[in-house]
Amino acid sequence: MADNKFAAYLCSGCGIGDILDVAKLERVAKVEGKMQIIKTHPFLCNEEGVKMIRDDIANEGVTHVCIAACSRRAKAEAFHFPTVALSRANLREGVIWAVAEGAEHDEVRQEMAEDYIRMSCAEIKKMTLPAGNVKESSSKKILVVGGGMSGMTAAQAAAEAGYEVVLVEKTGQLGGFANQMWKRMPFNMPYAEPQPTGAAELSAQITSNPRIKVYLNSTVAETAGAPGRFKVKIAAESGSVSEELCGAIVQASGFTTYPIEKLPELGGGQPNVVDQAGLEALARAANGGPIKRADGKEVKSVVFIQCAGQRDDSGTHLPYCSGHCCGTSIKQAIYFKDQNPDIDTVVMYQDLRVPGMGEDFYRSAQKKGVIFTKGKASKVTGGDTCTVEFKDLILDEDTATQADLVVLATGQVPNAGVNLDEWTATVTAAESGDEAAKTKKAELQKISVLNLNYRQGPDMPQLKYGFADSHFICFPYETRRTGIYAAGPMRRPMDMHQAQEDATGAALKAIQAVENAALGRAAHPRAWDLSFPKARLEGCTQCKRCTVECPFGAIDEDEKRFPVFNEERCRRCGTCMGACPVRVISFENYSCDTVGMQVKAVEVPDEDEEKPRILILACENDAYPALDMAGMQRHTYSAFVRVIPVRCLGSVNTIWITDALNSGYDGVMMMGCQKGENYQCHFVKGSEMAYYRLGKVGDTMKGMGLEPERMQTYEIAITDGARVAKLINDYVEQLNALGPSPMKGFG
Amino acid sequence: MSEANTQAIARYKNNFLKEVEERVEDGQWVKMCMQCGVCAGSCPFGPHWEHSPQKIFMMIRAGKREEVLTSDSMWMCTSCYNCIVRCPRKLPITHIMHGLANYAHRLGLAPKGQPTRDIAVLFWKNVVKNGRVNEMTFSLAMYFRDGFGQGIKNAMAMKDIGLGMMKAKRLNPMEIFGGHTCKDKSGIQRMIAKAREIEDKRRRLA
Ligand code: SF4
Ligand code: SF4
Ligand code: SF4
Ligand code: SF4
Repeated sequence: MADNKFAAYLCSGCGIGDILDVAKLERVAKVEGKMQIIKTHPFLCNEEGVKMIRDDIANEGVTHVCIAACSRRAKAEAFHFPTVALSRANLREGVIWAVAEGAEHDEVRQEMAEDYIRMSCAEIKKMTLPAGNVKESSSKKILVVGGGMSGMTAAQAAAEAGYEVVLVEKTGQLGGFANQMWKRMPFNMPYAEPQPTGAAELSAQITSNPRIKVYLNSTVAETAGAPGRFKVKIAAESGSVSEELCGAIVQASGFTTYPIEKLPELGGGQPNVVDQAGLEALARAANGGPIKRADGKEVKSVVFIQCAGQRDDSGTHLPYCSGHCCGTSIKQAIYFKDQNPDIDTVVMYQDLRVPGMGEDFYRSAQKKGVIFTKGKASKVTGGDTCTVEFKDLILDEDTATQADLVVLATGQVPNAGVNLDEWTATVTAAESGDEAAKTKKAELQKISVLNLNYRQGPDMPQLKYGFADSHFICFPYETRRTGIYAAGPMRRPMDMHQAQEDATGAALKAIQAVENAALGRAAHPRAWDLSFPKARLEGCTQCKRCTVECPFGAIDEDEKRFPVFNEERCRRCGTCMGACPVRVISFENYSCDTVGMQVKAVEVPDEDEEKPRILILACENDAYPALDMAGMQRHTYSAFVRVIPVRCLGSVNTIWITDALNSGYDGVMMMGCQKGENYQCHFVKGSEMAYYRLGKVGDTMKGMGLEPERMQTYEIAITDGARVAKLINDYVEQLNALGPSPMKGFG
Repeated sequence: MSEANTQAIARYKNNFLKEVEERVEDGQWVKMCMQCGVCAGSCPFGPHWEHSPQKIFMMIRAGKREEVLTSDSMWMCTSCYNCIVRCPRKLPITHIMHGLANYAHRLGLAPKGQPTRDIAVLFWKNVVKNGRVNEMTFSLAMYFRDGFGQGIKNAMAMKDIGLGMMKAKRLNPMEIFGGHTCKDKSGIQRMIAKAREIEDKRRRLA
C-alpha cells in the first residue's frame, strides 16, 4: 500500500458548516481516519473545489479520495475522478437534512456526522480502483434469432446503426406470422384503415442489406460464452453447421396462436368457426373480394368473439389478455365492411381493449357500421349457420344471434423456449437414471431456441405464463441472461406495432451490451461499472451457493466444481458475494471488507448513554434514494441510525449482521426492493435471495441470546421518503422499549 | 308504414340500426355509442326510466325494434342536455331521443296515454290550427283528455292559477271561442305540410 495516498475533502457549503462542527470532523478524519490530506472547502462541488481535488490527484499523487459532502447520488458528475478510488460520506441528505433542527439534537447530529466520516475513511482503506475486464476476442456483431416482424426490425435497426447482424430464421422465408396476414392495423394518422403488412418490403431490405447475414431454414444449435464473445453454432436443415462469434443476442422467437381445438364450446373444430389467423387466411384468399368460408359460401354475417380462451380464471385456458386481439378483430371486421357494408358484422366483447391510438381505429369501424356488442359468448353451435348463445351484458339477458361465420380471438402463446423449472426437474431426474426423464429431456431440448450451454439451462428463465422474463416497467428487453434481449410477443403479448417498437428497443440494448463488453464494464443496471467479482478460489469450498444464487446465470462450474465467473454476463449485483459462506468473492470497490469495516468504524455508545445504534443496510437502487428523499423533503428521522448503501440486498453477507450485533448495535434494518411475483428488485432475485438467507439469521441470533426483533427487513420503494423516516422512528421506539442490546460491552 | 312495422327482425343484425340511421333524426349517431354508460349515469331521470339512453342504443343494435319504439323512455327526456355535454363520443343524445320519440309516434308505436306525448300532440295540433298557441283551448284539451269528470277535477285544481293568469292578462276566457290567429294561417299550414313532405321523402316515411 506504499503508493497509496488517502485524502479527505470536506464541504462546508449547503449549510453543512453552519450546522456541524467541521473542525471536529477534520480531526476525526485525521486522527481516526488517518487521512493524509484533509481539506475543507465552502463550495466543494463548484469549479474551484473540484479543481482543488483534481490538482491533488495530479500533483500530490492522491489515489484514494473520501468526499464528505452531499449524498453519493448528488453531484456525481462534479465528483467524477475516474483515476482514483472514491467514497462519499453523506453529510447533507444523510445528516443535516435528516436530523431534526434545534440545539437539543446538536450532539447526536454531530456524532452521526463523525461516524459517517469514520465509515467513509474505513471504507476507502479497503477499496481499490476497478480496472475493468476487457477480454481479447470481442465481437460487436449482433445475433437476431427469429425472422418475423420483430426479428427483421431488430436486425434492420442494428444494421442501420452500423453493426453487423446475423439473422437466423427457422423457416425458409423471412416475415414470420405477418406472411399469413392480409393486412395489419394502422400505425399512423388517421388510424382508420387496415394497412399492408410491409413484411415483403422489409424482408427485401433485409436480404439486400450488406451488413445483415441471413440464415434461412436454420436454428441455433448451441450458444456458448458471454456478451462480447458468444459462440453460436447455427445448424441448417441440410445438416451443415456454421459458427458465428457474436456480441449480443436479440431473441425474437414470436408466438403461436392458442389452439382453437381447445375451445369446442365456442365451436372450435367446427368448419364455420375460425380463429383470427384462420380469418386472415380467408381474407388473403379473397384478395379484396367477398370473403368466403372454407365450403365456398360467401359470408354475409359474421360474429367475432373476443377473449376466446383468454382472461380465463377457471384455470383451463389462457389467464391473460393478449392485448392485440380487440384491434385485430376491429381490423378484420373492417375487411368485411369495406368489401360490402351490408354484411352483418358483430364484435362481441367483454371489455374492448384498444390501447394507444386503437381508439381511433375502433371509431373508424363504428363509422363503417360494425356492431359492437358487450356480451359473453357461452356456446357456438350449428351447421350452415352458426348460433352464438351469449349473455348481453348491457341488457342483462341471455340471448342468441346467428352468423355464417364465427371468428374466435384466441390470443398468443409465447415461443420462448424451454421452461427452466421443468428443465431443472427433468435434468435432476435424468441424472439419477430415470429413463422417462431422459426422453423428456431430449424432447425439451428440441423446443429450445438458444440452446445455451449455460449451467442454468438452455434458455432464458420465463416469468409469468411462459413469457421471457424481463422487468416489465424498469427494464423491458433485459432478460436474466445478460446480453440476450427479448423482443416481441415472446416477451409479452402484443400487436405488430408494439413488436416493432420493442424490436428497436431490444436492438439498442444489444448495442449497449456489445459496447460495454468491449470496454470491460457492466451492463445494466450498474452500467459503466468497471468492477467485477473476483474469487480467491484457494479458499473456496465448492459449495456452489454463488452459482445457484446468481440471478443471471453468470457463474458456471469447472470440472472440479469450482465456480467459473463469466464477468461479461455479470450485472455486479454482489449476490454471489453475499451468498459465499467463506467470503472469498469480492469486488475491487465493494467487498465484505469495505462494508465490514464501515460497520466496525461506527462508535457504539455504552448501555448507560442511552443512545442506541441501528445499522441500516439500504439497497442503493431504491431504499437509499428513498432515504435521501426523506432528507430532501425534511421528513426527519432518528440520529441513532447509520446507513450503509449496498448494491442489492442480495449482496448482504450475513457476517455484516452478526458482526454488527456482536459489537453492540441494538438493531439492524435491512431495506430492499419488493420481491416475489411483482418484484421491483433491479437484480430480479437479489432481494428475494436476501430474505431467504436472512431467514436463517434469526436462529443465529437466538443462539447469541438476542431477540429476533433486533433485525428487521423492509421493502422500500424510491417514493417512500416519508414512510422510510417513519419506519426508522417507529423502530427506534420499538428498540427503546426492548432495551439495549445484551451484547453491548462484549464486542 | 305498416310495412316498416312488420319488417322481419333479426337479432343483433344491421336491420334496425340501419332503419334508425335512415329514418330517425340524428339516428346515424347511434352506431358511434361505445356503451360507456356516462349518459345513463348523467341523466337526472335515469332511475325512473325503463331504459337509459345507453340501453336504448344497445337495444337498437340488438334489433329490439318493437321494444325500443314502444318504450316510454324517449318520452321521459326533459331535454336537460346533461348527456350531450358529457358523452365522450359527442353523441347528440337528447336529439336522438327526440328523434326516436318522433319516429315511434309516426309509426303509431309510441305508448298510448303517455303524458309527454299527449301534451306534444295537443300542442302541435293547436299550433298548426291557428299558427299560434291558444292557451285556453290547449289547457282545456289537456285537462279533459281523460274524460269530462277528470277534466272538471283538473280544471278545479288549477283554477287559482287560471284566475291569477287572467288577472295578469295572460289568459283570456274569450279565446275559447276561436281566439287569435296569425296573419297567414293557411300559409303556415302549407309550409308545415311542405316541410313534412320533404322530411318524409328524405326519411322514406311516406
Ligand atoms: S451474483 Fe451478481 S455479482 Fe455475482 S456473478 Fe452473478 S451477476 Fe455478478
Ligand atoms: S459460494 Fe464461495 S465457497 Fe461456495 S462455491 Fe462460490 S466461491 Fe466457492
Ligand atoms: S337530455 Fe334527456 S336523456 Fe339527456 S340527460 Fe337530459 S333528460 Fe336524460
Ligand atoms: S355517454 Fe355516449 S358513448 Fe357513453 S353510453 Fe351514452 S351515448 Fe354511448
